[in-house]
Amino acid sequence: MSENTLYDDVWDRHRVRTLPSGQDQLFVGLHLVHEVTSPQAFGMLEERDREVARPDLTHATADHIVPTDDRSRPYGDAAAESMLSELEANVGDSDIAFDHPDTGRQGIVHVVGPEQGRTQPGMTVVCGDSHTATHGAFGALAFGIGTSQIRDVLATQTVAMEKKRVRRVEVTGELDDGVTAKDVILTVIRELGTDGGVGYVYEYGGPVVEAMDMAGRMTVCNMSIEGGARAGYVEPDETTYEWLRETDAFAEDPERFAELREYWESIRSGPDAEYDDVVTIDGDAIEPVVTWGTTPGQVVGVTEPVPDPDSFEEGEREVARRAQDHTGVTPGESMQGYPVDVAFVGSCTNARLSDLRDAARVVRGREIHDDVRGLVVPGSQRVAAAAEREGLDTVFRDAGFQWRAPGCSMCLGMNDDQLVGDEVCASSSNRNFVGRQGSKEGRTLLMSPRMVAAAAVTGGVTDVREMSLVEADDAEETAEVTR
Amino acid sequence: MSDANDGGPSTPDTPAVERVEGPGIAVRGDDVDTDQILPARFLKVLTFEGLGEFAFFDQRFEEVETDGTVEERETDHPFNDPAHRDASVLVVGSNFGCGSSREHAPQALQRWGIDAVVGESFAEIFAGNCLALGVPTVTLDGDAVEALQSFVEADPDADVVVDVGEETVSYDGRTVDATVDDAHQHALTEGQWDTTAQLAAVPERITETANDLPYVESTR
Ligand code: SF4
Repeated sequence: MSENTLYDDVWDRHRVRTLPSGQDQLFVGLHLVHEVTSPQAFGMLEERDREVARPDLTHATADHIVPTDDRSRPYGDAAAESMLSELEANVGDSDIAFDHPDTGRQGIVHVVGPEQGRTQPGMTVVCGDSHTATHGAFGALAFGIGTSQIRDVLATQTVAMEKKRVRRVEVTGELDDGVTAKDVILTVIRELGTDGGVGYVYEYGGPVVEAMDMAGRMTVCNMSIEGGARAGYVEPDETTYEWLRETDAFAEDPERFAELREYWESIRSGPDAEYDDVVTIDGDAIEPVVTWGTTPGQVVGVTEPVPDPDSFEEGEREVARRAQDHTGVTPGESMQGYPVDVAFVGSCTNARLSDLRDAARVVRGREIHDDVRGLVVPGSQRVAAAAEREGLDTVFRDAGFQWRAPGCSMCLGMNDDQLVGDEVCASSSNRNFVGRQGSKEGRTLLMSPRMVAAAAVTGGVTDVREMSLVEADDAEETAEVTR
Repeated sequence: MSDANDGGPSTPDTPAVERVEGPGIAVRGDDVDTDQILPARFLKVLTFEGLGEFAFFDQRFEEVETDGTVEERETDHPFNDPAHRDASVLVVGSNFGCGSSREHAPQALQRWGIDAVVGESFAEIFAGNCLALGVPTVTLDGDAVEALQSFVEADPDADVVVDVGEETVSYDGRTVDATVDDAHQHALTEGQWDTTAQLAAVPERITETANDLPYVESTR
């Protein structure tokens, strides 16, 4: 088993005891709640006559079902309205802070936690959502949990969990221009497989990860779950502290910042850390990638040929064949030029300010293709406001994109933002499962926000490295930088 | 570990799950994700009731267009087959349940009638969610899964016995070795898979742990 890693240290500090089953009872430092997976848990709590143990460590937002166009209440969709009302009632009864759409802080749960400085190094973070791994970017242990576990956490602020092995994923070298964190994590999943991480948490490191900004690290950690890992994290460093310093949690409290910083530095894996496994990925060799199939591991470099199903091992051949039947790609040809109908910039993987800036560099001064429906859905109201201050909304609108209100939107199609029929979507989200974006014939191509923007402009998958990037003018560049 | 036995009482309505016995049903294929098990549009609910009828919904129905009218028609998915309607042991491939953490997925399977899932491997959040419902997830190697799937397809009425304590799966007069995660096995066979009461049994120790954490404002 691993020793002296951040994972070991933070786990031990949060371990209340070992349960008879052999699982550990872990204290939870931050419990994030959203409207879709929590109502049943609050219901179970009531049935058992229990109260929320630590409302001060619990934080709610609404993201999965909120509409991104007309947000006047009641919502047009009665089911969505009832889910939001239920959350309003539950948090009200329990005194839980809530980033309600009226507060200007609402957004995707994995965007709002970090931007407010709630997510911090050395914490345990749980949420009824598999992409909770995102928060690992700060050096937190962050786990997605099911509704029964949400009930446990609400009732006790602890959760029963098994300790996993630790795999260090070391990304060496330096990324080429046009290659982003999204390309890194899709490449990691391609190399290690969608179930390669089962039994592990991933510690991401190496020069490429160290050079990434926090948004990039969040993109990487976000998709740990797509690689089968229970969680993913990056050790905290100056980049992490710089982000935190400016957040609500610390902007007015530098003493607290200094105090906690000592703790944050103490949990790093350090030179004596022992891992259960170490994997090295050559960062120099990564190119912009795109998925050709229906799992996030079915990935190919934009200039490479789509693999022939027969080239896979026996067990994977059939899966590859069915995936290619669904997407209609041609083995042997590259994905370049594969036509898209919809371009979606959004989701907890890639809807932060820097992602929007990145897509805007491609879009600025251009128009999206006549046959493409383009949607930009910022990750939170704060991201939206910051982007608007920089004029990014105008850049996208001028190009023909719709500029929407924050939420999960077309990442999973629980509101009206859905694919229709067999539409092809160039998407900055994290899952290309059949039916994921609301239509079971729909086809999803995962890629970076930049590549989504390029596809929107040309009407088909495009190597973004071949497009000139247009930077914002100086006035825009110096606009206030908000998280 | 010295403190490994202060488990506290188990909740009265969580019975021990030693074995599950019943007819089998096979859903073939690897990487069957939670969006396939229960599409997201069915998550717009405040309770889990009634989710059973939506298990594998998008695979069970297809739209067929005849003379301009679109009709929803049943596919030949095993969950539509009346011969399998009484099945309680689901047999699946590898990485079953990957994707989202929605407990709605195992809830839908359980409410459809599934009491145990046997497969080559499971996504971890999915397996944990099954445990929280008292549904064992049991693994066999690939060939054994394939053989069991073929058997239950050929004989939908025959019983399959999943023995959680012994870590075996028996059918057709033979018994094959299976694997059950140690913690899951213990929780199931001891009837301690509903964890709330157990976790709540040590309030002082929870407070102690919390107060030792530099970032948590201490209470009491
Ligand atoms: S954006 Fe997508 S992946 Fe992220 S929390 Fe929302 S639905 Fe889940």
